[in-house]
Amino acid sequence: MTAIQAPTTIPVPARRISPLGGLRNTFTLTWRSVLKIRTNMEDVIGLSLQPIMFLLLFTYVFGGAIAHGSTHDYLQYELPGLLVMTVVFATLGTGLMLNQDISSGVFDRFRSLPIARWAPLAGAVQGDMVRYIISVAITIGFGMILGFRVTTNPLSAIAGCLLLLVFALAMCWASALIGLLVKTPQGVQAFGFIAFFPLVFGSNLLVPTATMPGWLQSFVKVNPMTLLTDAERGLFTGGPVATPAVQSLLWALGIFAVFAPLAVLVYRRRT
Amino acid sequence: MRYDATTANAIEATGLVKRFGQTTALDGVDLVARQGRVLGVLGPNGAGKTTAVRILATLLRPDGGQASVCGYDVLRDAHQVRQLIGLTGQYASVDEGLSGTNNLIMIGRLLGMSRARARSRAGELLARFDLTDAAARPAKTYSGGMRRRLDLAASLVGRPRVLYLDEPTTGLDPRSRTDVWGMVRGLVADGVTVLLTTQYLDEADHLAHDIVVIDHGRVVATGTPDELKAKTGGQVLQVSPADQARMAEVSALMAGLIRAEVTVDGEAGVATVPVGDAALVRHVFRELDDRGIELAEFALRKPSMDEVFFALTGHRAEDEENGRRELEASSR
Repeated sequence: MTAIQAPTTIPVPARRISPLGGLRNTFTLTWRSVLKIRTNMEDVIGLSLQPIMFLLLFTYVFGGAIAHGSTHDYLQYELPGLLVMTVVFATLGTGLMLNQDISSGVFDRFRSLPIARWAPLAGAVQGDMVRYIISVAITIGFGMILGFRVTTNPLSAIAGCLLLLVFALAMCWASALIGLLVKTPQGVQAFGFIAFFPLVFGSNLLVPTATMPGWLQSFVKVNPMTLLTDAERGLFTGGPVATPAVQSLLWALGIFAVFAPLAVLVYRRRT
Repeated sequence: MRYDATTANAIEATGLVKRFGQTTALDGVDLVARQGRVLGVLGPNGAGKTTAVRILATLLRPDGGQASVCGYDVLRDAHQVRQLIGLTGQYASVDEGLSGTNNLIMIGRLLGMSRARARSRAGELLARFDLTDAAARPAKTYSGGMRRRLDLAASLVGRPRVLYLDEPTTGLDPRSRTDVWGMVRGLVADGVTVLLTTQYLDEADHLAHDIVVIDHGRVVATGTPDELKAKTGGQVLQVSPADQARMAEVSALMAGLIRAEVTVDGEAGVATVPVGDAALVRHVFRELDDRGIELAEFALRKPSMDEVFFALTGHRAEDEENGRRELEASSR
């Protein structure tokens, strides 16, 4: 009866997506994030040059003054700290990418597709792991060229890398929240930097806590960056590991428990 | 509720309301898109067209009213609705960092296609939209028209039954516009139902089987293009007397003969009126001549979007206050 021919039956659409389907969606979107890193040369250059710059700057410009002449001693001291710094700043990329996806309308397309609601968020986070691995590899690799040596054993160095990635996986949810709350990519960069800067530098990442004034020490001692740096030093160059490692893991869990649900909430609300 | 594809409407919306803070974007909108037809949603910027599309595409929750796509409620059965629709936004929502091919493969994979299937579907669509040569290049290097075509291709990967095109030709050059029109016709021939929003009267006229005119979040008119054109007169007679002092006389004469609202623009010294029957124009000319009114201008032209709105709503699309004043002036 209608003038234009319409099929009389349409396949009955599925009621919901299975968890397995959601996981498949997440992997597709992870693939997308990784492809984007590969095609965006600026991002790759920034990601690689930043740790190199920090290493050169802190080892040769500040190192002599901080460690009274021995830049090699300082390199052994600072490298675990720089690993923490590089990875934490790299998590800002998660917020940046989410923000771009939302303002460009890419997320609208995702949300109009029959995929798991959480997949775009999980895919972005998972895809960023690749970026973290790149920054960790470059920091350690270039550090070794400058003379850094792992004085424990390869196994605990690997454990150190894994601990970093776990922590980054938690931190990137805070970055995601910033990316979802702030309007423009520039805003994400500015706001993220302001939020992360005191956290990163208000720690024993680059200098011993004992050299700071008392009021600052009380902050530095509870700062998760300090705990993570302690654990990394223990794993790479020796020293106590168990306590700081457990404490950093607890922090990572706490950060994840607070920021992941908040990010998901804002994501649902905003998109 | 069981959906019957032969009789049911593809989209049904009743009383849609959406508020953003103090502004009411939609104030009780009813829409019906018939199966396999093009519904044109016509309206000026900020009329609420995009808001309506976003609700129908499950991207936005309405504050009131309900809507269904092929019998599935956009709120309760959002996941089913998403399996039936394709969406092309006003701003092309392709991933600029990915190549054309990878953009389409990604969507195919998200829709559950195998890698090989997603790749061949991507190739198919790129060829259809004349993007094969640019397939490997990142989308950020594409021109506006190419981006729009890629966006359209992206919305078709899953062979949607219902396609939303939100101002698909805004900002495109005339050639790309004609291309998009051709593609829409092709889709309709395949049995796809299309909901098209546009600011352009001629676009709705060319493509739509049915038109809904939205203004300030309300439906001000519905009908086929012919029905709406009959309402708006189809053409506009524009008269400017050489002696502006005789403007009142001229407009009264036009109103008397054509029996439609005459708009007088005092500043430009022009009186305009929508004309349904071209034969009446001759009467006006003869009458003006008989009375010895010398003319600076006497022209018949197509109505502008403004005038269609004026005819349908009684006020200007952009400037409400102004419209009301002119309405009063013309009825005096």
